[in-house]
Amino acid sequence: MTQIVKMKGMNKYFGKLHVLKDIDLTVEQGEVVVIIGASGSGKSTLIRCVNGLEEFESGTLEVDGQKLAPKGGNQQALAEIRKEVGMVFQQFNLFPHLTVRKNIMLAPMKVKNTSQVVANATAERLLERVGIGSQADKYPNQLSGGQQQRVAIARALAMEPRLMLFDEPTSALDPEMIGEVLDVMRELAKEGMTMMVVTHEMGFAREVADRVIYIHEGQIVEEGRPEDVFDNPQNERTQAFLSRVLAH
Amino acid sequence: MEFQFQFDWQAAIDSIPYLAKGIPYTLMISFGGLAIGFVLGIVFGLLSINKKWFLRWPATAYIEIFRGTPILVQVLFIFYGLPDLVGGPIDPLTAGIAAIALNSGAYISEVVRGGVQSIDKGQSEAGLSLGLSRTQTFWSIIWPQAFRRMIPPLGNQAIVSIKDTSLFSVIGVGELVRQGQVYIANTFTAFEVYFVVALMYLAITLSLSLILRLLERRGVASV
Repeated sequence: MTQIVKMKGMNKYFGKLHVLKDIDLTVEQGEVVVIIGASGSGKSTLIRCVNGLEEFESGTLEVDGQKLAPKGGNQQALAEIRKEVGMVFQQFNLFPHLTVRKNIMLAPMKVKNTSQVVANATAERLLERVGIGSQADKYPNQLSGGQQQRVAIARALAMEPRLMLFDEPTSALDPEMIGEVLDVMRELAKEGMTMMVVTHEMGFAREVADRVIYIHEGQIVEEGRPEDVFDNPQNERTQAFLSRVLAH
Repeated sequence: MEFQFQFDWQAAIDSIPYLAKGIPYTLMISFGGLAIGFVLGIVFGLLSINKKWFLRWPATAYIEIFRGTPILVQVLFIFYGLPDLVGGPIDPLTAGIAAIALNSGAYISEVVRGGVQSIDKGQSEAGLSLGLSRTQTFWSIIWPQAFRRMIPPLGNQAIVSIKDTSLFSVIGVGELVRQGQVYIANTFTAFEVYFVVALMYLAITLSLSLILRLLERRGVASV
């Protein structure tokens, strides 16, 4: 199997704060890896390193065959990686000055020189796929949070990524809209998309993840199949965390 | 002796054709200067937020110097001082346009900086994560949003600059105030003439306000 992400001995600091400590992590093609942990544990920082939104200080990181150097080195590789890796943010980060359709068409046209006709067809197909085909000509602020996040997923998919990063995609949503976003992600996973997901949705993690990783204070302290991690956690930190989040 | 003042409407009306000759100069200096100032503002505003200190420092120096000194001193310096340096006279119109350009450029730099910095970091992260280069991210995502936010302060600056041109009567450009002064020298109807001059400025600035408000309403609707 192909390894899409390979992290080895990766360290990351925010000033003096050591946020990621000797991270070793690989993600296989087609795998869905869900990363859980308390807030401030470094889980978001970890996936933001994968597409270079955060730099790291030491160690190695290889994404889809491209080696990233510490401290933002190797910009060439970074550019290649970003074309192959899609990202969905907690706050959606849709472009408010563009219609939904244009949000999706922008990157393929600018980065891949896709023609307007093809980019438009792709946008319509993807919007259909995430269940909001009728909203193409609205502006993001005319949509609900759940719809906006589905547009954001469609926008990332338009670049035909080999890997999708999800950074707490449902944390900013009203409870009744979480389901519709998770449904789209579930569908993606079923179709074989490689995914790294940071989330607090334990039900989703248990159901969709091939592997669950628990991060505590910048370290991976437990990883395994969801049934093992959730039902029989080995590390006491994991046990404590899970008893807190699963209690209610 | 009894003092009685009466506003002489006839004098006011008579002055209009002569004063109106100043309007093209006022407009030329304002909008010529502002157009250049806008370009300077974009260039220096963006340089002032560049990561590289050797680009940031000179931009900041320019902004501070032209914001921190009176525009009257600036135009006097350009008109009376610079000829010594360039070895030839500078015509008043050019000096006026240059003063508005440099002065408004400094303020517009700050407007540009503020506008760009007000855009959420998530916007550029989204652009970069989609594979766009920094330049593409800036011009297709950040700038259009920042520009919309810049419209009200830009309008403000335009109005300030239009009024600033009134100071350039001191270097003898035939703009509105200068026309008024010359006219009054012959008629002694200061009250009426300056009243008409003020109305003419108001007509220009109010039209601009109106246009900007329409622009803003169209732009903001979609954000």
